[in-house]
Amino acid sequence: MKKAEKIRKGDVRTATRLIRNIENNIPEARSTIRNLFPFTGKARVIGLTGAPGTGKSTLIDSLIACYRKKDKKIGALLVDPTSPFTGGAILGDRIRLQRHAEDSDVFVRSLATRCALGGLSKAAGDAVHVMDAMGKEVIFVETVGTGQQEVEIMNHVHTVIVVIVPGMGDSIQAIKAGILEVADVFVINKAQRDGADKLYQELMSMLNMVDSFPGGWRPPVIRVGSLFEKDIFEKNIAELAESIDAHYRNLVENDLLGDRVRRKVTAELNEALQFSILAPILEQLIAEGEFDTLVDKLLKKETDPYTCAEEVAKKYLRKQPLKGVTG
Amino acid sequence: MGERKLRIMVAKPGLDGHDRGARVLARCFRDAGFEVIYTGCHQAPEQIAASAIQEDVDVVGLSCLSGAHRYLFPRVVELLKEQDASDIMVIGGGVIPKQDFQMLYDAGIREIFTPGASLDSIVEWIKNNVKLT
Repeated sequence: MKKAEKIRKGDVRTATRLIRNIENNIPEARSTIRNLFPFTGKARVIGLTGAPGTGKSTLIDSLIACYRKKDKKIGALLVDPTSPFTGGAILGDRIRLQRHAEDSDVFVRSLATRCALGGLSKAAGDAVHVMDAMGKEVIFVETVGTGQQEVEIMNHVHTVIVVIVPGMGDSIQAIKAGILEVADVFVINKAQRDGADKLYQELMSMLNMVDSFPGGWRPPVIRVGSLFEKDIFEKNIAELAESIDAHYRNLVENDLLGDRVRRKVTAELNEALQFSILAPILEQLIAEGEFDTLVDKLLKKETDPYTCAEEVAKKYLRKQPLKGVTG
Repeated sequence: MGERKLRIMVAKPGLDGHDRGARVLARCFRDAGFEVIYTGCHQAPEQIAASAIQEDVDVVGLSCLSGAHRYLFPRVVELLKEQDASDIMVIGGGVIPKQDFQMLYDAGIREIFTPGASLDSIVEWIKNNVKLT
């Protein structure tokens, strides 16, 4: 309980170590989260996603400056990929945010994906809770550079910003399912470049095909120009911040905030179930060598994955066979 | 049950934009399985210390080729100490004359690597000397 209290008072060292213990699956960390959980849910959480190099970190840097002018306390979680070969990672998003390093009301923490799919790290959800409990009022979450299907971010934030840049593909890309569907706000970044107008038109026609938006919120498309043309850039960022605020107001006014929170809680429960039920079974299977035995059997075509799963379920989940598993 | 990962920050303090070495090291630490936070160039010691604390790193690796290591390196150690974070180890590298080594050791820099040090020897040293808590 002591740790939880320290974190609630804003102690950075305790908070960042807790985030590390969550990343490392230390069981004790979960009990601290348990103590913090009642004090979460106050912060506004804003997610940025988009392909590598589209400018997500730079946008976060400018948005932080913008919200600091309004005297908001800020948290930022920056996710970069883990190497599937060595388990190492280079977490380089922070480079763009270093002008805020000495501001004690800005807490920036980098996370490696640890090979999680979906564009975030498994610890991201809890790390948001930690920053929330610390009293951070606005929390930014930056995904890894994403492709088309990494939409995990939608389960963790109130507002999803999808960042795109000109020159990434023809108009068919704009009507595909996936990442473009989860956007609450679009940013066309590097909008001084050729192709920005065309991209804008493509997004518009994509949005025009939608019959109705929840709460009547049609995702705005904000163009952000070159960082090196300061006046225009800052104007664009202010416009982006206004859109983010307007989206949040829209959620509140239309009673949709509850839906977002429900989505988040549902995802968290899913993760917790995985962690508490599937993970220990997997661990035991691996430790006892049973996992490898099953893999060998599969390779020899002696059995199939579904039968294996059924056998494992029968062995470890003692009650009635699960409907989903046994079919 | 969890796997404890070594977190290291690679930072370039002061007015020194020569970051090829720092980038090579960052890459090599990645390949050694570490999680590497790279701050980029032109960092004030204050920025480095604050970032190291926020990121909860085990080690800070400072790279300096400008000749200002006699001020910059000890200052980072001092700031960490002031903020109750002297458990974060500081090591350094770059163009550092032999006669400055003792002064830096005395100031709390744990080890110094100069041109010619092999990447493997640096990784080995870190693995042997950083205790994962």
